[in-house]
Amino acid sequence: MKQYIARRLLLMIPLIFGVVSIVFVVLNILPGDVAASIATQGEEEPDPAQIEAIRTALGLDRPLHQQYWDWLSGAARLDFGDSLVTGQSVMDDVRRRLPVTIQLGIMSLIIAWAIALPVGILSAVRQDSWMDYVGRSFAILGLAMPTFWVGILIILMLSRYFNWIPPLGYVGFFDDPSSNLKQFIFPSLALGWALSATKARMIRSTMLEVLREDFITTARAKGLREFVVINRHALKNAMIPVITLFGFNIGLLIGGSVLIEQIFTLPGIGRFLVTGLNSRDFPVIQGVVLLIVVGYAFVNLFVDLLYGLLDPRIRYA
Amino acid sequence: MATGEVAVRVHGLRRAAGGLSATGRLFRRKPLGAAGFLVLVVMVFLAIFAPLVAQEDPLRLSAADIFKSPSGTHFFGTDNFGRDIFSRIVHGSRISLYVGFLSVLIGTTGGAIFGLISGYRMGPFDLVGQRVMDALLAMPGLILAIMIVFSLGATQFNVVLAISINIFPSANRVLRSQCLTVKERQYVDAARAMGASDQRIMFRHILPNALAPYLIIATAALGGAILTEASLSFLGLGVPPPAPSWGGMLSGGLYVREAPWMALAPGIALTLAVFGFNMMGDALRDILDPRLRGR
Repeated sequence: MKQYIARRLLLMIPLIFGVVSIVFVVLNILPGDVAASIATQGEEEPDPAQIEAIRTALGLDRPLHQQYWDWLSGAARLDFGDSLVTGQSVMDDVRRRLPVTIQLGIMSLIIAWAIALPVGILSAVRQDSWMDYVGRSFAILGLAMPTFWVGILIILMLSRYFNWIPPLGYVGFFDDPSSNLKQFIFPSLALGWALSATKARMIRSTMLEVLREDFITTARAKGLREFVVINRHALKNAMIPVITLFGFNIGLLIGGSVLIEQIFTLPGIGRFLVTGLNSRDFPVIQGVVLLIVVGYAFVNLFVDLLYGLLDPRIRYA
Repeated sequence: MATGEVAVRVHGLRRAAGGLSATGRLFRRKPLGAAGFLVLVVMVFLAIFAPLVAQEDPLRLSAADIFKSPSGTHFFGTDNFGRDIFSRIVHGSRISLYVGFLSVLIGTTGGAIFGLISGYRMGPFDLVGQRVMDALLAMPGLILAIMIVFSLGATQFNVVLAISINIFPSANRVLRSQCLTVKERQYVDAARAMGASDQRIMFRHILPNALAPYLIIATAALGGAILTEASLSFLGLGVPPPAPSWGGMLSGGLYVREAPWMALAPGIALTLAVFGFNMMGDALRDILDPRLRGR
């Protein structure tokens, strides 16, 4: 296991380097002129002197290799400069907003599992029954309905039929748990449902496979109760491939939270990014994108290690 | 001579008839896949005949018609600028299909050719190329797309580019691994022994044998591509307004309690389209790759 961890950690170095470099290339080298687009307000042609000033302020007039080096070293120190709009350090803002996005993510994942496990298991155990069809339709619908539309529908429904919208203005969980949960439960439901769809489908198909294995027949033959057979013997083995979905899920979660935070006005990382995009706040965009991308790489590493821990075959492959 | 011609024609007819009964079989065995195919047909029809189906100009503003609820004149009601939502939905199918098909075409074809060369040549080209693919795959899709559109500017074609870059690495991976297995086959050795060039071996011998996974990836990516376009447009980073993109229409309908139909029609259209393409992709995968059947 130690060797496996060491190898995975070593592989992270070129990966992080590659990811950081791609962000640099996309934001700095692609044809679009960031300084010009920052200077452009409305329909007016921007003033060339102003563009030049912005370029100098952002350090975009320096040679590329120097910019690249500064970008790498800044990234290593987690220093992304100050916002062009508020003048505050990007990192401070990120630190303040991170708990919101993390809470949203955790709650969505909990909801996703709470939906996917029973739906997936029931679908497999009662294959081709009405439960199976309902469960599968539910999952298919969760895949097809855009998360942000589900969010909009939830808000519309709450405000039209219950005359209630989640309290505005973020409150920390430890300051006021009840209004914090009121804020988070609906966005988490919207995201969690979308995430549950792939999980439920995968649990169903791996369960179906495992249930046909000999050791399940053995377990039944020795007189174990069906509940134990399903939950102890079958589920444990069926879950291994489902765990790989975790990384993929985090990717969906990140994209989804950008949209959902926007709809439910939650002051998280995703909303920070959208605000930055709308005001063309380059340091904010650069910093947030980099953090998301690097954070995502580490989550995937964690999933791989977990996978190796659960399934010895992976470690020695 | 004449009999030969007739024989050819009869053979052709028989093949056409075979195709028909195959379609029938598809509908019976894969009802969901057939439903998906139907959605695609309807969408293509709407996109081609959009001006005939929806006579009203999707961009015409009308102060007198703001927030009209669905009625005989405005099937899906009107939006906050008095534009006819039905007409915007119908014309919006053009944007969804254009972005969906073009980005999938560019992404999968580019990724496939790159993967084919990468798997065939190996060596440093493969090593460096695959690390770049690793990095691309290690980014959340929507974030990568947002970055690219922000950098290049929000136009319809840049949205296509951003989405195709998201599809590129997965097509590349699949075709590369397919190429690795196929190139060890004997008929490839035989072709080489007969003096075929590398290009000929790659494109005439290996590519046709890697076509099934290519098709699977392409159809599976369609629904996702349409969804990504909608998400980008919703965030204001997609097809620029006032073009009737379904995702953009949803951002207009965000909090309009008094006009819920603004949020309903575009969402239903999106859901149907994504559902249809996903189901069609699943069915096609089952047919082309029996190993994955029922997954």
